[in-house]
Amino acid sequence: MKHALQDAPATVSKQAGRLLHVDLRRGTLVDTRIDSLPELLRPGDLLVVNDAATLPASLPGTARGEPIEVRLAGEEPDGTWRAVVFGAGDWRTPTESRPPPPALAPGDSLRLGPGLQARVTARSDVSTRLLWIRFAASAERFWSALYLHGRPVQYAYEPSPLSLDRVQTPYAARPWASEMPSAGRPLTLELLGRLRSRGVALARLTHAAGLSSTGDAVLDGALPLPERYELPAATVRAVAETRRQRGRVVAVGTTVVRALEGAALSAGGELRPGPGLTDLRIGRGFEPRLVSGLLSGIHARDSSHFELLSAFLPGALELLYTLHAAAGGYRGHEFGDSTLVLG
Amino acid sequence: MELRGTAVIVTGASRGLGAALAEGLGRAGARLVLVSRDREALDAVVERVRTQGGEAHAVVADVGAPESAARVAGTAGALVGPAEVVIHNAGTLGPIPLAPLADTSDEDFEQALATNLLGPFRLTRALVGSMAMRGRGTVVLVSSDAATTPYPGWGAYGVSKAALEHLGRIWNAELASTGVRFLTVDPGEMDTRMHREAVPEADPSTLPSPEQAAARVLQLLREAP
Repeated sequence: MKHALQDAPATVSKQAGRLLHVDLRRGTLVDTRIDSLPELLRPGDLLVVNDAATLPASLPGTARGEPIEVRLAGEEPDGTWRAVVFGAGDWRTPTESRPPPPALAPGDSLRLGPGLQARVTARSDVSTRLLWIRFAASAERFWSALYLHGRPVQYAYEPSPLSLDRVQTPYAARPWASEMPSAGRPLTLELLGRLRSRGVALARLTHAAGLSSTGDAVLDGALPLPERYELPAATVRAVAETRRQRGRVVAVGTTVVRALEGAALSAGGELRPGPGLTDLRIGRGFEPRLVSGLLSGIHARDSSHFELLSAFLPGALELLYTLHAAAGGYRGHEFGDSTLVLG
Repeated sequence: MELRGTAVIVTGASRGLGAALAEGLGRAGARLVLVSRDREALDAVVERVRTQGGEAHAVVADVGAPESAARVAGTAGALVGPAEVVIHNAGTLGPIPLAPLADTSDEDFEQALATNLLGPFRLTRALVGSMAMRGRGTVVLVSSDAATTPYPGWGAYGVSKAALEHLGRIWNAELASTGVRFLTVDPGEMDTRMHREAVPEADPSTLPSPEQAAARVLQLLREAP
């Protein structure tokens, strides 16, 4: 039996909205639609979203006289950027088939468009593709130039380039995400309004979702890299109140799980408001302390997202989920269908 | 509303009412992202705001261009944080001298709609989700009495402003429960370059200054919850 998921280009996914509901209480898989989310949640539940806007993180340029593409993978507290560098070519070639960049070392200069010159400050021991770079421009000039010359990270399965507005969630705020926190993409304002009317509380945090693919198997294996987040005080209060009232905390996307569970782990189980950095890797056997449900995309079994999903799926349901999603024609990737795992 | 520390986007900020709003908001302590196509004039406004102790950042963009909304919203989010107020002030009359509708080309009509209507629609759409998620936000639409009075020669502009006002009413109805409010403001006649071009026979000395109109808009914002 074929277990592969179908790809879902953004161009055809506007009406998608299919939802595979994994009902942990009944141990069943239910085919429904994202529109049904208010009925699947209960008054007193809390839905937590990641409101990071998606960066124009892809910058074509040159280094050592050769063409490169830089993908920004997160800003460090000292103002440098973590960056994954590809060699010649563009997004039409799958990342794993892209050639490596020229060997780059601290001190090398990268020309990434008018006003966007950067210098390599460090190179990772894990992969020569992973660098830390510092842009020369002031913050205002850097951000203006980035939004003028940068493009969102593209996907080889898309027939045409994605514009920046197509890779934003409906509630996107600060541009921290290297790629779209795509689990929230189907949450229209209309749907969020119906959730509120149902008595489901909404809360937000900001988590710098990283790159999904680097073209280097070793580096891919190290994903997700440490990512920064910020927890508003109102969200910390909402999580505490929901748990006190025996409601369920439902994370929209794996980044929200990482931020909440990572923050709780680093503070002895207590959530505290403010910024933080998490290197938490969540997978099979991980027992979430705060999050009791997950709204996410449809994930292939060999993906890091599936690894995180499996923290919520009992082993018996893992294979069933994979078979059901493939047989049911569910579509994967950033613009695909959705999964709700909830007890 | 407390303006100190509030993240505000002002479009059409390089001159006239937009520049006056920027200076007034800067003095009130707002954190500003100012948008215009005219880099030189915009940089001068940013400098004036900073000289008076305010915070302002320039984003050179044509609000009528489809890609501008995500650019402006993202740059603003990075520089001053998620916008809590956006003032859609950029506007175009179309070619001067003004022409009756029968002599208005498709291109000129479309340009007026792109700048005066589609631009504010797209930028608002890029911002209101974040505002709604935070439970507060204010969208100011700068209109004109040409939205309701059919002045001959002001066709494309008047139609675009009428549609802009209705856009605000519908946004208001759709987002009524979210804490996001839409204010439509008619600043009245002012001594601006736009007014001098549109009504060259008018005596500018009889007109209020953009600073007087800006002060009223700021008062409106201060009085808003």
